[in-house]
Amino acid sequence: MRNLIYFLYKYYTFLLFFALEMFSVIILYRYNNYQKANFLNFTGGIASQFYETVNNTTNYFSLREINDSLLTENARLRGQLLNAYYQNGLAQTSINDTVYKQQYTYVAANVVNNSIMQRNNYITIDKGAAHGIKPDMGVIGSNGVVGIITSVSEHYSTIRSALNSNTKISCMFKKNNAFGSLEWNGDDPKFSMLKYVNKHVEVTMNDEIVTSNYSTLFPQGIPVGKVYSHLIEADDNFYNIKVELNTNFSTLKNVYVIVNFMKEEQLKVEATNKSDN
Amino acid sequence: MIIDLLTYIARFVLLILLQLLVVNNLELTTYINPFIYIIFILSLPVNMKPWIVLIVSFFTGLVMDSFYSTPGLHMGATIFMGYLRGFYLRIAANKEDFETSVSPSIADKGIVWFLVYALTLTLSHHLFLFFFEVYSFFEFFRTLLRITSSALFSVLLIVIGELLFFRKTKTR
Repeated sequence: MRNLIYFLYKYYTFLLFFALEMFSVIILYRYNNYQKANFLNFTGGIASQFYETVNNTTNYFSLREINDSLLTENARLRGQLLNAYYQNGLAQTSINDTVYKQQYTYVAANVVNNSIMQRNNYITIDKGAAHGIKPDMGVIGSNGVVGIITSVSEHYSTIRSALNSNTKISCMFKKNNAFGSLEWNGDDPKFSMLKYVNKHVEVTMNDEIVTSNYSTLFPQGIPVGKVYSHLIEADDNFYNIKVELNTNFSTLKNVYVIVNFMKEEQLKVEATNKSDN
Repeated sequence: MIIDLLTYIARFVLLILLQLLVVNNLELTTYINPFIYIIFILSLPVNMKPWIVLIVSFFTGLVMDSFYSTPGLHMGATIFMGYLRGFYLRIAANKEDFETSVSPSIADKGIVWFLVYALTLTLSHHLFLFFFEVYSFFEFFRTLLRITSSALFSVLLIVIGELLFFRKTKTR
């Protein structure tokens, strides 16, 4: 017993170091693998409030750019309104349509904090659980894909940006629906890599890349980027494709969180497949 | 004693604001991500008890993690550095430093001593931080390049900070 106490006394610094280090590695590991630890709630959202205060101040300097991007988006959306089309028919009776059922809605949010030059980048937005946002929802900007929600507090959420080593987004070519996985290699925030595209697929410069219909996070066909360069190693089965991203992450201000009403249903059906084999 | 404590708290808040509002917005390239808040742990007095240094490192990391939304990442790196700091000082600092409450600064220990000290500990911090951030050895050499370039830049900023804010030599 005395020896034990002596041992503890002699090495207490190392033991304290070991305990604290284990603690941090364990919560790091849990967070990386399961995205369960709700860190925003844990730290009381003080950080988010701080970033919002800073953002409220700095936003005044970029009001012109924000206005411009909103105007272009408005113009594009106005073009899709019903009254922008010429009515090429007789008066129609309205019926309760059961063929079209709404699957997605969008929650608009403002970016309060953003980083682009880290290896793993995160974005904080000013909408949270109170607005119906849950972890693992997709996020898009006015030009294209932005990222995936990781943790949610009452009024704030953090997004794992597409510029993050843990973010993989299922994508396809707009022209022939060939699939690939979008992963960032940490090199340049303007570009990302499209992996696992089979070598028999024909790839040319400026091919449009959009989100695929495999994902439960994004609706099919949300723009992602354009093919910037592509090459294939001699003994490789897959392309190395460099994609120029549509979203400009350095000036990102307004984003939309995608709420998918049929996500649970799809995941439930897919889960029954997995238990089969 | 109280004055000392207040000085440290003020320095802590100032360094965090500097890191978050200025250094994080430099955004030079993806290969240079300097972290200067570690200057707080570097500048703690030489004769501070190792377990206090560890607890201080723990809280510094916790605060940084909540701002970066990376639970455990900065915490692990600062604790690692705080522990190595004790080892390093036992070898590199002399008996006098331990008897008086000298803080390892350029003013007290000279530029060369401080450069080696800052570079060693910054490298240890960045080594932990960047490798755990990527969480794999797939990009080993790219990560190594990011670590060395970021550490060199951090040390440059730390030395500039030291020259600006820590000029006063402590009277003993």
